[in-house]
Amino acid sequence: MKDRRLFLRRSAAVVSGAAAAALVGRASAEPLAGEPWERVYGAGFTRYGQPSRFEQPVGRHFGQPYGELAPGSGAALSPIEALEGIITPNPVHFIRSHSGTPDIDPKAHRLYIHGLVDRPLRFSVDALLHYPRITRTYFLECSGNSSRALTPQPAQVPAGAMHGNISCAEWTGFPLRMLLEEAGVRPQAKWILAEGADSAHMSRSVPLEKALDDAVIALYQNGERLRPEQGYPLRLLLPGWEGNMSVKWLRRIKLTDEPTHTKDETSKYTDALPDGRALQFTFEMGVKSVITRPSSTMQLAERGFQEISGIAWSGAGRVRRVEVSTDGGKTWAEAALTGAERPRALVRFRYPWQWNGGTALLQSCAIDEKGNVQPVRRDWVARYAPDARFHNNSIVSWAVETDGRVKHVYA
Amino acid sequence: MSTRSRIAIGTVLTLVACATAQRADQPAPRYGEPVSAAELARWDISIPPGGAGLPAGSGTAREGLKVYEQHCLACHGAKGVGKPADALAGGIGSLATKTPLRTVGSYWPYSTTLFDYVRRAMPLNNPLSLSDADVYAVSAYVLFLNGIIAEDTVMNAQTLPQVKMPNREGFISDWPPRPRN
Repeated sequence: MKDRRLFLRRSAAVVSGAAAAALVGRASAEPLAGEPWERVYGAGFTRYGQPSRFEQPVGRHFGQPYGELAPGSGAALSPIEALEGIITPNPVHFIRSHSGTPDIDPKAHRLYIHGLVDRPLRFSVDALLHYPRITRTYFLECSGNSSRALTPQPAQVPAGAMHGNISCAEWTGFPLRMLLEEAGVRPQAKWILAEGADSAHMSRSVPLEKALDDAVIALYQNGERLRPEQGYPLRLLLPGWEGNMSVKWLRRIKLTDEPTHTKDETSKYTDALPDGRALQFTFEMGVKSVITRPSSTMQLAERGFQEISGIAWSGAGRVRRVEVSTDGGKTWAEAALTGAERPRALVRFRYPWQWNGGTALLQSCAIDEKGNVQPVRRDWVARYAPDARFHNNSIVSWAVETDGRVKHVYA
Repeated sequence: MSTRSRIAIGTVLTLVACATAQRADQPAPRYGEPVSAAELARWDISIPPGGAGLPAGSGTAREGLKVYEQHCLACHGAKGVGKPADALAGGIGSLATKTPLRTVGSYWPYSTTLFDYVRRAMPLNNPLSLSDADVYAVSAYVLFLNGIIAEDTVMNAQTLPQVKMPNREGFISDWPPRPRN
């Protein structure tokens, strides 16, 4: 250290005037500023990058209704409370699976297209990788998202543990229409049955109209090949529709004249009504928003400026407006939007707020380009059966207490 | 930049522009391979309400009890009461109450869905392992537990689709979409 000071003093000596005097004074009092990592050579390259070790607590929230008996059945929800912007990083995109994630060898995987077609066809994954590609940004939301916000008492868990069955990615693949036209759609065909190669062979009926419109065979997600938990080597992607229909690990498409009435479009993913009946084939995801910062279980550090920020989306198209209330819906103000030009993708909204140290009740309400308005919770609850748990797009409420704690409340 | 490299880049740009223009008129690629009915039969496992595609074989609830005890009981409980997995029986008449119980018997609109789902996904730890006769039998057992068929009613490709489920009329199709509110 002594040698270093000497070196600095000598270097300074060549500088003349008042500036030189100041430099000498600082250098002689303390060594140059710099944390330990600034004084050692950094780590070498990694082939596949990882977040900072200080960000390791950021991760998906598990919902495993059968526990260790079936650890891959249920959902791993995206930590929306810790994420920013619009795109969900692949490692924390939400997962919903019925029988775990299959370990598919792309060389052995095949996609069949058959049923009411002129030419039943089989496609290898290599063949599918040769079609001309498109890239689109779309959200995916499980229609069971926010079912945890329907429990009798409001759960005090992070926002993502309740509302994190939503993610948004840039998907690359090609229109399903190309394969259907190659097989030759017969006039009697009105639906397709899409089936996965997981051990549940998850299957859903999709109207042919959607299959020929904007349905995508997705091969890449955010620039890299799909991950196993997202359907590797290929998945169906139905923009704006309930996530369950975007069948992962796609192995078969059968064209049919009627829906097949599979388990996941009858016993599940149907919307139970108070009179005992249920709505079936409610495909489009409703207009919705949730404030992610601040949100449940967080703590406001100090009074003064707080940015209220969150995500909004609509299966019907573009989000036109998001309004924020800090007084439980008595007054509303328009938030600034990022990404609102893209239909069926997440939008980031932001609203500047001054917290004066009092109680506050934070809510957000999204309105889409078709004029759909996110419903208040009590209206949504009244519309469905007591055990309904799909398509809950109702307004979420976070209460700020005088000590800065943020709690989940029903309002 | 030298004159030579400017010329080279100009040539590349021209080629790219031509290639793009040509592609718009090209026919779509066709990489699908023809597939035989015999090959498809091994993969085509979806069964619609009309029963098309139901395989040969048959079973009764009496036979199905053995299949159930061996493959299903650990998760679905004795007589389909559920826990940890879904309840399979009971709840008929409960759907409009404050405590609805949604089971195969009380909620599922089609018997074919039961056969289809058991054959494609159950048991959870060993799917595609049951014989078609076993799937008919265990489907019959679940229907019997719900009081929908008798213990000795034979379930096969002809009889299963004819079973009228109690909640057959309980669903309102939302496709094509109806106006909300």
